[in-house]
Amino acid sequence: MNKKFWKSGDPFVWLTGVALMFSLLMIAALLYLIAAKGLGFFWPADVAEVKLKDGNMVLGEITGHEKVKGYNAAEDEPYIERTQLKIGNRDLYGLDFRWIDDDQIAATTYPKFAVVLERREWGNMYGFIKEVSESGKIICSGNEECWPVLEDQIPRYARIADEIKSIEKGAIGGINAQMESLRLDIRGLELKGGDNREEILKIQAKIAEQEEKYKEQEEILSSLYTEFNKEKVVMATVDGREKEMPAGNIVRAYRPNDMSWFRKTAFYLSKVWEFVSAEPREANTEGGVFPAIFGTVLMVLIMSVVVLPFGVVAALYLKEYAKQGVLVRIVRICVNNLAGVPSIVFGVFAVGFFIYGLGSTIDGIFFKEALPNPTYGTGGILWASLTLALLTVPVVIVATEEGLSAVPKEIRDGSLALGATKFETTWKIVIPSAMPAILTGLILAIARATGEVAPLMITGVVKLAPQLPIDGYFPYMHLERKFMHLGFHIYDVGFQSPNVEAAKPMVYTTAMLLILIVVALNLTAIIIRNQLRKKYTTSAV
Amino acid sequence: MITETAKEVAETGISGQIKVHGDPKSSKFKVPDPIVQVNDANLYYGEKQALKNIYMDIPKNKATAFIGPSGCGKSTLLRCFNRLNDLVDSARVEGEILIDGEDIYEPSVDITQLRKNVGMVFQKSNPFPKSIYENVAYGARIAGENRKSVLDEIVEKSLKGSALWDEVHDRLNDSALGLSGGQMQRLCIARAIAVEPEILLMDEPCSALDPIATGKIEDLITELKSKYTIVIVTHNMQQASRVSDYTAFMYLGELIEYDTTETIFLKPKYKQTEDYVSGKFG
Repeated sequence: MNKKFWKSGDPFVWLTGVALMFSLLMIAALLYLIAAKGLGFFWPADVAEVKLKDGNMVLGEITGHEKVKGYNAAEDEPYIERTQLKIGNRDLYGLDFRWIDDDQIAATTYPKFAVVLERREWGNMYGFIKEVSESGKIICSGNEECWPVLEDQIPRYARIADEIKSIEKGAIGGINAQMESLRLDIRGLELKGGDNREEILKIQAKIAEQEEKYKEQEEILSSLYTEFNKEKVVMATVDGREKEMPAGNIVRAYRPNDMSWFRKTAFYLSKVWEFVSAEPREANTEGGVFPAIFGTVLMVLIMSVVVLPFGVVAALYLKEYAKQGVLVRIVRICVNNLAGVPSIVFGVFAVGFFIYGLGSTIDGIFFKEALPNPTYGTGGILWASLTLALLTVPVVIVATEEGLSAVPKEIRDGSLALGATKFETTWKIVIPSAMPAILTGLILAIARATGEVAPLMITGVVKLAPQLPIDGYFPYMHLERKFMHLGFHIYDVGFQSPNVEAAKPMVYTTAMLLILIVVALNLTAIIIRNQLRKKYTTSAV
Repeated sequence: MITETAKEVAETGISGQIKVHGDPKSSKFKVPDPIVQVNDANLYYGEKQALKNIYMDIPKNKATAFIGPSGCGKSTLLRCFNRLNDLVDSARVEGEILIDGEDIYEPSVDITQLRKNVGMVFQKSNPFPKSIYENVAYGARIAGENRKSVLDEIVEKSLKGSALWDEVHDRLNDSALGLSGGQMQRLCIARAIAVEPEILLMDEPCSALDPIATGKIEDLITELKSKYTIVIVTHNMQQASRVSDYTAFMYLGELIEYDTTETIFLKPKYKQTEDYVSGKFG
């Protein structure tokens, strides 16, 4: 009976079921943790005014609550409860967060007029509006009176801020790019030697022209900045301190205790949009992560463009053309093992080979005039993408080889018997039939590449890249540029930022975004693959 | 290959003597208007010899059947005619095989041209994972024909020629893999005749089909042989007697007897042939 029970295989089925359930549970838990911690980040939490027993007042968002061992706890009451508040006002208090023991709290209220200011500098401010002044003249004072003024002005300042940014990035950026290229032209002429003073003079005239333009733009900018700082807002904190700041410094002002659920939702969505579309502010702890999304996706795309043809061609040679023997078997084993090499090793190789080797050579030949500043001789998105391509090429080779073996011999013979050459057969029949398998390889490669951080840290990822690798200036694709990456962003924000506590939710949000991007990239590839599979499935006769 | 045959010999009790019935060269059967001439062909797979001193002429615009037990070299001989054996690394051919008087194993021969001239239909139908239209147009496209009107004409003509047009003319752009087994095999025939070969090789074209589909293919062969020289390998003796004009019986890599189908089935010269066609072994 007992023996029969074991022989029936039921326990094994249970074991497999349990193992699967366990894996699924872990994935679900991971996603739940990230979603739960990340999604709430943008919700405008109510602002609590906490009155302490010693008479002091604290204003801020309640962000945590925990039980801890007391500082000098008695035997019978070993734990105390405490509450964490985000009090902001980093310029005044120095710290964003404060723990308050629950037994110190006398009362907690949610004042309607409590204002949260999201600022361009110093993080959030929690307090009450005292007055708003323009060029030293007080326009209004008190919460009631100033709120409409402030609500009215902030969108205007946002427009000015946008204008300033577009001038700095657009017009001035363009002038700078132009001047730099002219300067390099002069340098190039100097390097060439000979008598070309006339040409140099011509270029110098052009530079002077650009400098004129630059001055014009600068004037516009300075007038905008004056406008930007014209109005001043004086805020009063809950403990009686005052802080004056230019109204232009405020990104958003809101009174969460006075907001309806509907308005909070709208606010939430606008914050989410900012997160995915804007540039980061304040050492990456505020604002958006758009450059990181852009960098990640672009890097993966470049990698795919490189790795797919490279891997497929290599696999074709190994499978279709190479004489199968000991040597090919050894090569195959090596390729398989390459997939297991730690990624940082690839990074080190890339630094030595791509950056110092290839990059410096390219600089020496094509970008001589920019030396000693390296152009390609330093980390950049091209080198990072190539590193990842190297890292993932074994995956594509193995998958392609499997796909090629699955193409029936009869089909190849059929093509050859019609007078097709081996190349035509491979190109028109074999590769299309193996395409689903090839794309499976690409999917695996993308999944691996998107999650990789270590080799990127030494081949071109930075915590803040001033420019995107693609912009409106010739030659539009600047593959030598350094770039931002979501994986590195998580590491940087979470573990390198000066304000770790404030950045914690950002880490989860960014992690969630990274997962979403991996899913989106994979989904695209899977959809393409399934379409192809429908087209090319070989049915049994 | 040889060992398999030897095993079969042991099982059937037929003596496995590799005995040439007379001198193969002088006893070569004369056919009218030969298109393929095989003179002393030997084929080796590495050390093993798969074809031995084959002398054989195949008449133009007739159907010739190769019969014989598994592993006797029928398919190997067939694949010599379009040099598909070249794909096997270890295969080596000696002797001469002439098509239209030209030795196809001369180094100067353009293999792709040869294969366009000598079409082939395989045992397992092997449509490409493409549409019906593209399957038939494949050979023409390979030959460099890209004009839509010409391709349309070729596709229609070939599908009509293989008696498939009526069944598929309204779904030419559907995947060929959605056809039934018999339709797929006729599609492969259409694909082969689309490049207008002189010779059509068929390697057990009906072995995977039901009797009705087989009947259709046999009708088709009967029809096609007015235009093409057909060489068919078959295990089915009735099929050979139904469709072919000439029949060759092969055994252990040798051509034992080759004559008109009538002679082979009714009054064969050799006992081995008689035993085989009468079902005593094989």
